Amino acid sequence: MAYGPHTPADRQRMLAALGMRSVDELFADIPEPLRASPLRLDPPEPEQLLMQRLAGLAARNKVELASFLGAGAYRHFSPPMVDQILLRGEWYTAYTPYQPEVSQGTLQSIYEYESLIAELVGLDVVSASHYDGAAATAEAALMTCRATSRGTVLVSRAVHPHYREVLRTYFDGAGLGLEEIPLVGDGPERGSTDLAAMKRRLAEADDPVAGVVVAQPNFYGLLEHMAEASRLAHAAGALFVAVVEPVSLAVLAPPGAYGADIAAGEGQALGIPPQYGGPYLGILACTDSLVRQIPGRLVGMTTDVDGKRAYVMTLQAREQHIRREKAASNICTNQTLLALAASVWLAALGPHGLRDVAALGAARAAELEAALASVGVARVHAGAYLNEFAVSVPNAPEVHRRLLDRGVLAGLVLAEAVPDEPGLADALLVCATEVTTGDDVATFARELGLVLAEIGSGPASNTGNGTGAATGDGTGAARSVGARA
Amino acid sequence: MVPSDLRYTKDHEWVRIDGDTATIGVTDFAAGQLGDVVFVDLPAVGKAVEQFATFGVVESVKAVSDLYAPLSGEVVDVNADLGGKPELVNSDPFGDGWMIRVKVGDAAQLEELLDAAGYEKLTAEA
Repeated sequence: MAYGPHTPADRQRMLAALGMRSVDELFADIPEPLRASPLRLDPPEPEQLLMQRLAGLAARNKVELASFLGAGAYRHFSPPMVDQILLRGEWYTAYTPYQPEVSQGTLQSIYEYESLIAELVGLDVVSASHYDGAAATAEAALMTCRATSRGTVLVSRAVHPHYREVLRTYFDGAGLGLEEIPLVGDGPERGSTDLAAMKRRLAEADDPVAGVVVAQPNFYGLLEHMAEASRLAHAAGALFVAVVEPVSLAVLAPPGAYGADIAAGEGQALGIPPQYGGPYLGILACTDSLVRQIPGRLVGMTTDVDGKRAYVMTLQAREQHIRREKAASNICTNQTLLALAASVWLAALGPHGLRDVAALGAARAAELEAALASVGVARVHAGAYLNEFAVSVPNAPEVHRRLLDRGVLAGLVLAEAVPDEPGLADALLVCATEVTTGDDVATFARELGLVLAEIGSGPASNTGNGTGAATGDGTGAARSVGARA
Repeated sequence: MVPSDLRYTKDHEWVRIDGDTATIGVTDFAAGQLGDVVFVDLPAVGKAVEQFATFGVVESVKAVSDLYAPLSGEVVDVNADLGGKPELVNSDPFGDGWMIRVKVGDAAQLEELLDAAGYEKLTAEA
C-alpha cells in the first residue's frame, strides 16, 4: 500500500463522494473557535543553530533538585537493562498486532505483563491498553455501570484530583452520574474517605449506586480502610474499584484480598521515568466474572495444533476493531512498549526486590517526617501512611517557591492541586522513595528551616497575593493543632 | 426446512407463541452463519424488550452479533444453560438453544413477522 499524503485529486474525489465542495463544508459542524487555526511556524533554521537553541531551552529545566514530589508519579531506580531491552528493534516498533498470532514474542510479552500485574493486584484478568492511571480509573468506573445496569458512581475525594476530572469528562459524555464522597474533616481519620457518608449515600434506594472508587494509598498518602469500604459497597449491590499504586502492593494487601472487583492505577512507577505528558501506563484488572466488561487487549495462553505452547489474543469481541461503537471502550491503545518496560523492571527486581523498593521508600519517608519535625513542620493528618504525606507549612506556596531557588522541590502545593478541599491552604504533599538520599532529606530540612526563619522575620509584604490567604489559614491551622493537642 | 409453527424476523430470530408467552431464539441459518457460538449475553428477567430493538448479543469464534426482539414484552425466563453451554445455539437452535421467554404485550405484533415460507424465501436469497 502506498503511504503518502492525500493529493488534491484524492481530496476532490472524497468530497465528491460526500456531496461536498470544500473541506470547510465538511467541518461546518465544528464551531469556528474550536477549529485548528493554520499553524504559524517560524521560518526554517539551520539544524546546527536549531539544536543549540533547543539545548539552551532544555538547559533551563532544573534537573539537579532534591525532589520530594510524588502525587501520582514516582521516581524509582531503573536498572539500565530495562532501557536496553526496550531499545531492541523487535520491541521498539511494536504496534497493535492485527495479525497477532504471527507475533508470538509480542503476545508473550503482553501475557507476561498481564500475569505479573495479576499477581500484584490479586485479580484474575488484566488488560494492557490504557493510557494512564486516570483513563484506567474512568474505564473501571464505566465497567461498574455496564455490569450493574446502574447509572451512578461514587468516587472518594481522596482519589487524585486529575483522575476525578477525567472521570467527570467520561461520565458527563456518557450521561452517567458521578458523586464525590467527602473526607473525614478532623480527628485521627482526617483526610481519609468518610465511610459513614458513603454508607448513607449507598442506602439511598431511589438512585442505586453502580460502583465505589477509593484509592489506596489515597492522594494524601494515607491508608484507607479498603476492606470496610469494599464490604459497604457490596452490601448495597455496588462494585468496588481500588485505585492502586503498584509498587505499594509489594507491602500492602492486594485489591483481590479485600474483595475489590476492579483495580485501576498508574503503572509509571514500574520502570517508566516521570515525564511531562507521558507516555504512562494505565493498569486495569478485574475479577473473572467481569471479563467481558473489561476494555483493552487480553492475551491468553493455549496450545497450537502440534500441542506446543502458543499465545493468542482472546475475547476480541469486546474490542473496538470488532464491535466498533459498541466496544467496551474506544479509548484504548497499544501500550505494549510501556507494558514491556513494566514487565522487564518487575522481572529485573523480582518479588523481594520490589518489596525492598516499597519498604525502603517507607523508611525514607519516616526519616523525612522526623527531619521536617525537627524544624517544626508537622504532618497535617494523623493516619498511617506509606511513603507520602502532607505537612502543614505556613505560607506554603511562597515557601515552595523559595525552596525551588534553593535546589529543593518541596513536593506539591496542595492549595493549588486541591483548592476546594478545606483545611489544606497551607500544606505541602511530600514523598520519598528508595532514590531519596539522606543528603536530600537533610538539605530539605535545613533549607526549609532557613526559609521559614526568613519568612517569619521578614516583611510579609513580599509574599504578594498569598498574604491574605496565608494569614487566615495560618490561624485556622494553629487552632486545629491546638484542638488536637 | 424451518419449523412451520414459528414466526421469524429478517434478522434471523424465531419466536414460538405458547399462550401469552413467547420463546425466542436464533435460527439454524443464523447459527450456521455465526459459526461456533462461544458466548450469549442475555437480559435479566424482568427487563422489558421492544420489538426489533436489541435484547442481547451472541458471540462466536469469528463474529459478534446483536440479537433483535421479534416482539415487545417483559422477560420472564432466560436460558441459563447457555451460560455453560453456548454451543446449544449451534446444536439445537430451535430447541435447547432457545434464549429468552417474554410475556407478550401485543400479539398483533406477530403480523409484522415472517412465516416459515417467507423466512425460507429470505434465506434462499441470502
